[in-house]
Amino acid sequence: MAITRDEVLKVARLARLELADDEVARLTDELGAILDAVSKVSELDLSDVPPTSHPLDLVNAWDEDEPHESLALEDVLRNAPATEGNLFRVPPTA
Amino acid sequence: MTAVVDTLRLTAEDAIALVERGEVSPAELHAAYLGAIGEHDGELHAFLRTVEHDDGTSIPIALKDVISTRGIATTAGSRMLEHYVPVFDATVTRRCRDAGLSILGKTNTDEFAMGSSTENSAFGPSRNPWDPERVPGGSGGGTAAAVSAGLAPWGLGSDTGGSIKQPSALCGNVGLRPTYGTVSRYGIVAFASSLDQVGPVAKNVRDVALLYRIVSGRDPADSTTVELPETVVLPVAERLDGLRIGVPRQAMALEAIEPGVRASFDAALALAEELGAEVDECELPLSFDYGMPCYYLIAPAEASSNLARYDGVRYGLRGEGETYRAMVERTRDDGFGDEPKRRIMLGTYALSAGYYDAYYGQAQRVRTLLVREHAAAFERFDMLATPTSPTVAFPVGDKAADPLAMYACDLLTIPSCLAGLPGLNVPCGLSEGLPVGLQLIGPQFGENALFRAGHALEQALALDLVPERLR
Repeated sequence: MAITRDEVLKVARLARLELADDEVARLTDELGAILDAVSKVSELDLSDVPPTSHPLDLVNAWDEDEPHESLALEDVLRNAPATEGNLFRVPPTA
Repeated sequence: MTAVVDTLRLTAEDAIALVERGEVSPAELHAAYLGAIGEHDGELHAFLRTVEHDDGTSIPIALKDVISTRGIATTAGSRMLEHYVPVFDATVTRRCRDAGLSILGKTNTDEFAMGSSTENSAFGPSRNPWDPERVPGGSGGGTAAAVSAGLAPWGLGSDTGGSIKQPSALCGNVGLRPTYGTVSRYGIVAFASSLDQVGPVAKNVRDVALLYRIVSGRDPADSTTVELPETVVLPVAERLDGLRIGVPRQAMALEAIEPGVRASFDAALALAEELGAEVDECELPLSFDYGMPCYYLIAPAEASSNLARYDGVRYGLRGEGETYRAMVERTRDDGFGDEPKRRIMLGTYALSAGYYDAYYGQAQRVRTLLVREHAAAFERFDMLATPTSPTVAFPVGDKAADPLAMYACDLLTIPSCLAGLPGLNVPCGLSEGLPVGLQLIGPQFGENALFRAGHALEQALALDLVPERLR
């Protein structure tokens, strides 16, 4: 198996996903199968091939450093699940 | 009210002419499409929501629900964004509005554009107008189904590994995935940023070219965009004299291509030769063996990063939790469906310490080889052609339980996406009474040439692309 249950739990913690037990079991199987398939990329010797950073050869484009209108504060907060004054409200960090 | 026009066969260009001649008002046309939606969308579920009134001065457009529309919910097919109402327009939305187009509605998509059937939409699948027991393809199946059934004259989709081209193939319409960097992604719900592109879907090539003209070009709000090197020209060509079309030998060797798809594709190429094209085999040695594995490392890796923003703080769903961390984890488990979770997990794993070089780093090197082998092919050929999808539309539920089988739907569209190249799906025939699509792949900024070739083929094929059951 390409990935163990413990590794799935570790990755879920990294990804901030609280998975149910049945999800952990299913994902262990599914990710194992997918990783088996995508591991095909390791067949190639690519030590002298540079990684792609962008498919186009672009040169940097500079914009003038001018102030632009930004969103109104009430618009910024409009979709927030919870606010207090001009702030996003969240539960305590610990 | 009674519909003043029959929308079933109406092209965008003809609709614009009707408005310009004053034969129908923009509001009447908008209402006519809403009428068609009312009649057929109960069955097709192409739209997630429609817009009753819009002060556009031209014809309507359908937008995939990953495209931000100010004041109109934009959900990306996800519970995470079910109640999210953007406070700004995507640049492409703004350009449509500036061109006078009215926003007809938002179309269904696989959740966060991840899928090939729309079955991953949190709001239920769309159906194929040719056979409602079958999928319309995905992720942009809603737009493709809407255009085929005459529920919208045209629409915009987004394409990461095939989400415009594949549904266009399965529903029998024309779809363009443009050259990477030619259409702004500002205000598009991000999936995999080095691959995501916005593009048009319509009933014919000229309409696709016209919409591409409206939305393309540099946008200061998206630093990956460039100005087009030449203006978009609406095609009139009827011949293909001297056009060199390469058919990748390795693509056509794939057993996954159904016999009926192969037969339609071969017949269309024979017709291209009659029109003066020179068709020959070409070599893309690695693209079809390594494109899929490469894509399914790069796209999930970028998705895991892009989807980190859904944390229940600034917008979108918020789950319950005593602490900040518990709230974030509950939000993400509640808000994401199975496919985004799979890809977030896969991408996080591929980017994690100890695996980065073996997976993501290696995939980015493979990508360089795919870019190079496409460039080599264009030294001998003006464009490349393959079937767009290895199969015709498949039954709803057929692949839903097998992620790898679903991923294989994009086997033929993925390589050119990784190379950043434009691709145009043109319907090329029917198999089992269902549409077959041919994709033309061009060099960077080769859209005008694709339009000319696609238009000539379309004229010569002269297919009736209205689903038989709706005629």
